[in-house]
Amino acid sequence: MRRETIHAWLLLLPALVLLVAFTHWPAIATLIDSLYATPHGSRVAPFVGIDNYTDLLDDPVFWQALRNNAWYAVATIPVSIVIAFLMALAVNEALPGRSLLRMAYFLPTMLPMIAVANIWLFFYTPDYGLFDRIMALFGGGRHNWLGDPTTALPAMIAVAVWKEAGFFMIFYLAALQTMPTDLREAAALEGSSRWNYLRRVTLPLLMPTTLFVLVNAVINAFRVIDHIVVMTRGGPDNATTLLLYYIYEVGFRFWDTAAAATATVVLLTIMALAAAFQFGVLGRRVHYR
Amino acid sequence: MMVALYRPIGRNLETVGAWLLGLLWMLPLLYAVWTAFHPAIYATHFDPAAPLTFANFKAAWQAAPFTRYLINTVMLVTLILTAQFVLCTLAAFAFARLTFPGRDLLFAVVLLQLMVMPDVLLVENYRTLVQLHLADTILAIALPYLGSAFGIFLLRQTFLTIPQPLDDAARLEGCGLLARLWRVYVPLAKPTYIAYGLVSVSYHWNNFLWPLIITNSVTTRPLTVGLAVFATTDQGIDWSIVTAATLMTSAPLLIAFLLFQRQFVQSFMRAGIR
Repeated sequence: MRRETIHAWLLLLPALVLLVAFTHWPAIATLIDSLYATPHGSRVAPFVGIDNYTDLLDDPVFWQALRNNAWYAVATIPVSIVIAFLMALAVNEALPGRSLLRMAYFLPTMLPMIAVANIWLFFYTPDYGLFDRIMALFGGGRHNWLGDPTTALPAMIAVAVWKEAGFFMIFYLAALQTMPTDLREAAALEGSSRWNYLRRVTLPLLMPTTLFVLVNAVINAFRVIDHIVVMTRGGPDNATTLLLYYIYEVGFRFWDTAAAATATVVLLTIMALAAAFQFGVLGRRVHYR
Repeated sequence: MMVALYRPIGRNLETVGAWLLGLLWMLPLLYAVWTAFHPAIYATHFDPAAPLTFANFKAAWQAAPFTRYLINTVMLVTLILTAQFVLCTLAAFAFARLTFPGRDLLFAVVLLQLMVMPDVLLVENYRTLVQLHLADTILAIALPYLGSAFGIFLLRQTFLTIPQPLDDAARLEGCGLLARLWRVYVPLAKPTYIAYGLVSVSYHWNNFLWPLIITNSVTTRPLTVGLAVFATTDQGIDWSIVTAATLMTSAPLLIAFLLFQRQFVQSFMRAGIR
């Protein structure tokens, strides 16, 4: 072998071993485990084929988790992206107190999700919480935001939007700041309205950023469940059980590792689709600067 | 010229809107700060004359081993950052400046981790670490994150922008491969190290689910898990103390952010544009 090849492998080896051991191998092992029963003690788990999958499809809680996660994603992603975009537009202008405003938007990103969850838990407390106090001003009564299945998931969505919008804002802001100013001057000379400029120039130029943010938002919608663990534990009546929380519960509360592996395969498939989307659409049609 | 084109009234409305949104975004934090610094009876009603107090912080600090949790988190973050810097630097250099068969394929395999993160492979990683007899150690929290595709990618991109003549000059002076890496590449990639470091530290300072699963004792729990245990079991609903504990655990990172706001924001931007 050439010396350079040997050097390259020596440099790569430590990182590769860890990457494969904790990312690639577990992903493959998940797939294998989903075809076997949950091992008990030292006995070898029997091969069960697609039984775990049929069991999973028969589990109404799994379907509810999937449905919840779909709603959660469908609401969280566009709302946080639109707010992020508006925030970026705002702090890109020379308005009073701009740096303070940028900090206000970005601050939730720096907080641990678990801290955010604690603060919002207090917000949502019946009677004492800020929400009920504000509702009381408008004549609303006591409401158990997290205890009511119809408001629990929207309550989680609000937390996620608050936490994430400022993070996505950063990428829009970075993109806005690299946009050539002569475009804007040209548009102004042509007498183009601001709305027109936004629609015809800014938005198309920000497409790469939007796609990048979109993929990240999709991944986060399926990856982050810290607030669920702390605030609702998936309840009430599984109303806030997201897919990863379902996996966590099945794997580490019921210790049914085969069922957890099977559900993880579903989650990995969703992430693979997001990856395919990024490499397919983003890789080919979109160019950065 | 721009200003003249648009009616100032619209502009003012936008400013007001931006600030309303800003206030809305600040509200939860302001509320938490208010609750933490005032006696419990003021937690649920606002009174400008309410006396300030540090009693909630004191009570929280004494009610749970937060000192230990803080030490655990600092050790965890230091371990992860050091290992990531070393491992990613070596790998990134190989991908950026060495040619060997299968390089591009291998790089693509590494990049898969950007999509399939260890965060979702809880069950298998837990099993692996139990088999290695490492469960409930700080090393176990760190291990899945040490080989970081994100870090390798960021550093490789940076190394590619470093002019080859600099490398050649060092080679002519008789520098070996590692010496060139250390003397030429690492110093010139300093902004990337800062960016990656800040993103990594804030990620792992705040990480929760994996540490929750893999740790089981006071001597290993990071702050986030310690806070969750404290807030759910030890306290009833004494919100003043819970919010004080919440602010305490987030404080080091928040203070660092407020002091180095520009670097943080630029780091997140730099790390995001890829």
